[in-house]
Amino acid sequence: MPRLLDRPLNPRSSASLLALAVFSFAACDKKPSGNSAPVSSAAAPAAQPAEVKAAPGPLKIAFAYVGPVGDAGWTFAHDKARKEAEAEFAGKVKTSFVENVPEAADAERVIRDMVDQGNTLIFGTTFGYMEPMLKVASDHPNVHFEHATGYKTAPNLRTYDSRTYEGAYLAGVVAGAMTKSKTLGVVGSIPIPEVIRNIDSFTLGAQSVTPDVKTKVVWVGKWFDPPKEGEAAQALLDQGADVLMQNTDSSAVLQTAEKAGKFAFGWDSNMVKFGPNAHLASAVINWTPYYKNAIQQALDGSWKTGQTWWGVKDGAIDLVAISDKVPAATKAKIEEIKKGLKDGSFTIWKGSIKDQAGKEVVKDGEKADDKLLLGINFYVKGVEGKLPSSK
Amino acid sequence: MSELLLLLASSIDSGTPLLLAALGLIINERSGVINLGAEGLMLIAAVTGFATALATKNDALALLAGAGAAALFAAFFGFLVIWLNANQYATGLALSLFGSGFSAFVGIRYTQESLAVATQRGIPGLSQLPILGPVLFTHHYLVYVAVLLAVALSWFLFRSKAGLTLRAVGESPESAQALGYPVRSIRLAAVVAGSALVGLAGAFVSVVSTPLWVEGMIAGKGWIALALTTFATWRPARALLGAYLFGGVTMLQLHMQGRGVNLPVELLTALPYLATILVLVLISRNPRWIAANMPTSLGKPFYPGS
Repeated sequence: MPRLLDRPLNPRSSASLLALAVFSFAACDKKPSGNSAPVSSAAAPAAQPAEVKAAPGPLKIAFAYVGPVGDAGWTFAHDKARKEAEAEFAGKVKTSFVENVPEAADAERVIRDMVDQGNTLIFGTTFGYMEPMLKVASDHPNVHFEHATGYKTAPNLRTYDSRTYEGAYLAGVVAGAMTKSKTLGVVGSIPIPEVIRNIDSFTLGAQSVTPDVKTKVVWVGKWFDPPKEGEAAQALLDQGADVLMQNTDSSAVLQTAEKAGKFAFGWDSNMVKFGPNAHLASAVINWTPYYKNAIQQALDGSWKTGQTWWGVKDGAIDLVAISDKVPAATKAKIEEIKKGLKDGSFTIWKGSIKDQAGKEVVKDGEKADDKLLLGINFYVKGVEGKLPSSK
Repeated sequence: MSELLLLLASSIDSGTPLLLAALGLIINERSGVINLGAEGLMLIAAVTGFATALATKNDALALLAGAGAAALFAAFFGFLVIWLNANQYATGLALSLFGSGFSAFVGIRYTQESLAVATQRGIPGLSQLPILGPVLFTHHYLVYVAVLLAVALSWFLFRSKAGLTLRAVGESPESAQALGYPVRSIRLAAVVAGSALVGLAGAFVSVVSTPLWVEGMIAGKGWIALALTTFATWRPARALLGAYLFGGVTMLQLHMQGRGVNLPVELLTALPYLATILVLVLISRNPRWIAANMPTSLGKPFYPGS
């Protein structure tokens, strides 16, 4: 299978791939239609890759999404930004997307298809596409690749991310003010640095208001599995948590809190309609500024590799739709922190910060650098349980 | 202590869809028809139930619509395997695959919708009781209906004449026919009625447990229910215990994590399936036990002419 995929596609192998796709269950929800058409029309000899640099006409841009565009969370936020960016550059760009692309070998096939369809700017929006994108990028030096939340780059592959932990911290401040049991619960997806950082930041935010608050964590091992997310949320509520947060992609945690009459947050996009009473606020990501910027660079030829990490300061992260149940003083504090993040006078990861064992990981008065944050692999003091060993 | 009680309460919630589906499958299998399409039927019911709830804002109607949709597809399945004598295993698998694809296709437009979620208050008075209150009296009404159904089905199968007839059809369709019973019609009725319960279970997931529609959201519950049917040796009372046990395993692993017990998430997630396999191995090792309970003509075609 990988051998077959490594070769440049010719019409015959693409037909057999299509047949494979038909048989592979995971592929049925994608849109493989049109797979073969551009390839056979390009019909270039296999030795010479078919991609031609910036053919006249609109710049073709493709997005690979890990979930459905209707997940109301992570993928929804990316797709909203895609539409807004396309509207901004109307006529100059043409975007397309493939949803539900698993974080596995399938991703490589989908991304190769995107190249074959003539896309010259390709966005992969989940951590698990890192290796597939690296592989495809090395085969197609003239195509620009953008990988969200990863850490490996290449001359034509750069990474971008949002400082989602800033939103988690802001949500934590609200949670700290609202909790009565002084126990918070987080439904985690997969124990990678991004998620661990969010759990830690959420806890730090809550501790800034209520110093002795505890955070319990339940991992569901997936980004998107609403029934399981709901059951995990129920387990946390059963253990005394009264404010929940999630780093998964659906609104199930919020709905479970709504049923139980407890509190929760929206994550990645505004989820207030899924649990109007339980909803305290939504930590949202706005990818539009980044997508506009990246597309502009691809259009005017100034695209360069690198690593981008935008936050509240760049308009990429915000805490919105704060509930009326949240005290005015807390709301004012949120505004103050946002202002501080914007003008650089406030830092979330500023010492002294201790890990679970009580070891000082950020010294008093010092600021954590991005290197520590990007590779974070510990819970801060106040988070309960042991961190499952990630891959 | 109170956490243990809450764990019990959520295990009951988690086990209820398994129980409903297993009861439905017991009816199917007692008549001699094995229905491997349960997973697909649950998905079809889940999307139908969710769409109905969205349109009508009426949960009861939505649950019935889910049951109805599953019954409709099951009737077609029944026609294929009972009248045309298509292989039950292959046709059931096809139904399962079809159901997951079809529900995903129909459901695309619903993935971003949500139902209004009501805060669950439980039964007035009773839910305020110490200890027992939160465990027993804070559930959705379907949770109690499922228990009543288990009792009723147990009575029906082993205490009523109609139940005896149904079992006779599953044990020896030739003898039942010789006594003048319409074997095919009885089997079809069992398939439709049983699958309606399977559908009720599917709609329970998308309308009550997690009021959302997501592709593939049944996530193997149909298969677990099938295993549960064997685990319960085709007895409703044992299915009740088994369903709560399986629900308990699911919730226990989440609770253990919340308590900070460090076990690999992937292994914990696989626990219900491992338990299923273990149970199957254990029962299969006792040939007398399994033979005493398994409907003898299960999965075998019946030709009335011969």
